[in-house]
Amino acid sequence: MSAVLEIAGLQKTYRSRKGVRKALDGFDMVVEAGQVHGFLGPNGSGKTTTLRTLLGLIRPNGGRMAILGQEVPRALPEVAKQVGAIVESPQFFGNFSAHDTLALLADAGGVEKRRVIEVLELVGLRDRSKDRVKTYSLGMKQRLAVASALLKNPKLLILDEPANGLDPGGIREMRTLMANLSASGMTVLLSSHILGEIQLICDSVTVISAGRRVAAGSVAEILAQHTTSSVRVRLEAVADLTTSAAALRDLGAQVVVEADHLMVAGIAQPSAITRALAGRGVYVSELSPVSVDLESVFLELTGTTPVEGANRQVDQSALSAAGQAQGGWGR
Amino acid sequence: MSLYTAETKRLTKRRFTRFFSLGVVLVLIAIVAGMFFTNHKVTPERMAAAQVEADQQYQQAIKESAASKQQCLTSSPNPDVDCANWYEPQPSDFQAEWYMPSTFLFEEQFPLLVTALAAILAVAAFVIGATFVGAEWHSGGMMNLLLWRPRRLQVLSTKLGALLVALTAATVVLSAIFTAALALVADLRGTLDGMTSGTWQSFALMELRGLVVVLVAGAVGFGLASIGRHTAVAMGVIIGVVVVFQFGLGTILAIARVKFVEAYLIPAWISAWMDKKVELQDWDSCVPSPNGCEPATMTLHWPTAGALMATAVVVVVGLAMWTIRKRDIT
Repeated sequence: MSAVLEIAGLQKTYRSRKGVRKALDGFDMVVEAGQVHGFLGPNGSGKTTTLRTLLGLIRPNGGRMAILGQEVPRALPEVAKQVGAIVESPQFFGNFSAHDTLALLADAGGVEKRRVIEVLELVGLRDRSKDRVKTYSLGMKQRLAVASALLKNPKLLILDEPANGLDPGGIREMRTLMANLSASGMTVLLSSHILGEIQLICDSVTVISAGRRVAAGSVAEILAQHTTSSVRVRLEAVADLTTSAAALRDLGAQVVVEADHLMVAGIAQPSAITRALAGRGVYVSELSPVSVDLESVFLELTGTTPVEGANRQVDQSALSAAGQAQGGWGR
Repeated sequence: MSLYTAETKRLTKRRFTRFFSLGVVLVLIAIVAGMFFTNHKVTPERMAAAQVEADQQYQQAIKESAASKQQCLTSSPNPDVDCANWYEPQPSDFQAEWYMPSTFLFEEQFPLLVTALAAILAVAAFVIGATFVGAEWHSGGMMNLLLWRPRRLQVLSTKLGALLVALTAATVVLSAIFTAALALVADLRGTLDGMTSGTWQSFALMELRGLVVVLVAGAVGFGLASIGRHTAVAMGVIIGVVVVFQFGLGTILAIARVKFVEAYLIPAWISAWMDKKVELQDWDSCVPSPNGCEPATMTLHWPTAGALMATAVVVVVGLAMWTIRKRDIT
């Protein structure tokens, strides 16, 4: 596979009276052709800055970027014809209809008018296309935004939070649309906070935190890298939890005692648990491996797991805490 | 070309553009209608009626004067009043033309109306120009457009070009209709006497200078809104200019007894541009002349006014181009 999008060592620094903030700190990303690639990161991690920089809206301070093999922003005027994008939630003139909005973009971009009808059909706005945009719900505006990105029939589609405001049916339709676009050979870069969706539809992901890449690869690879060998152990009698935990620790396991079960790690074979407990007259009612999902991996990678009693600030993450010199206002 | 077409459509499709243009047209219609209803053609009947009224007023004045003289003579003597030489009204004090209804003298009054037309269209051009780009910046439409056409200078220049071409077309059409309508009003309710081909040419050139004022206003409004990325910035700047320069600066200069205060204010320069020159007078000075003491004068000429407008456009539009090229779009 060839890379449709390559970013290496991307840097962006904002200076203000409050000081200097590194929004991007040597960020790297590669998106292969034909993939649906998820772009994940907590609020303020640099996702939108990356996309804006890639699309020529923000001038980087360093690094290199290439789309479809051509260096950007230098070659952006040529490449732009093959890139459809929405960045954050684009606003449209409320008094224009969806059809007018797209027809004006088609005029500006030299796209055939019939494509306007096609994309309106594709995003489910055909019957409301003559209505003024100000009568649209948030989800309908989001569909219109996706339609505007699809208008050019691009080779690379960049969508920033496309599911914002969509109802469950809309989210599912969006998922199907992504899959169909990908199947037709389009490469999709998808920034989203809905990690369940990303896990369902993305072939690969890049995770960004504090302006740096903290993980990249296929969803399966990333999950595998962070899968622990923990098992959940429930007993017939809750009263046996403490003594059972001690017995398992004697075997070399790490045990966490929860209210009604034990979390056990560090034992290669789960059968060793049942054998050890049965030997002490304690019987296991449930023994299940603990699977990780993308959300827990994301929280771990970005250091943004909520802590009871603490209010995390938007710029707080594992990386920003570790690398004080690299980020944060006033540094 | 496709971008230009799209921008022209975007401009003309905007409800604000349509409503504001409609408002301008209604104001112009009101001016024409006002000229029609407040003026009347000079006819022999009206002249005769005016002469009768002048004569009646004269006779009435003679009676009142005689009564006043009699009262003066019979009342207690006042050494300050010369009752014997009481003023008697003369026929020349009651000229028939003063009792004529107002009539529209096209050759004399049209230049003032051209200036009014230019001022109205310039205000509209400023506001439409500012909202055209300001609303795009504010709504994110400009960012959307730049995703399609990642050539910032080309996009902004094309937008400005579309605006100026539309303003030119609208101004030319409205000026032509306004001129024709007022010429018709003059024909029906006044006179077109004195209108030679040279006069028409002079009026056409004046309207051309009016077009330049409209384009300058449109470009400055567009530029200011683009620099501030919001319509309100252009409005704020223009209100600031009006308040600070027209009132503040004018008041301060007047208090400081600066000569020719109007030379520091915009309206004098606009008048100089439209009328080709404007003469300012310093009433505090005394220049000896055969007629006695006359105020010193200063003449503002249209080429200087033109250079000032060109400078304003270059600075504002140049700054708008520089900022869109240099600043991040967030």
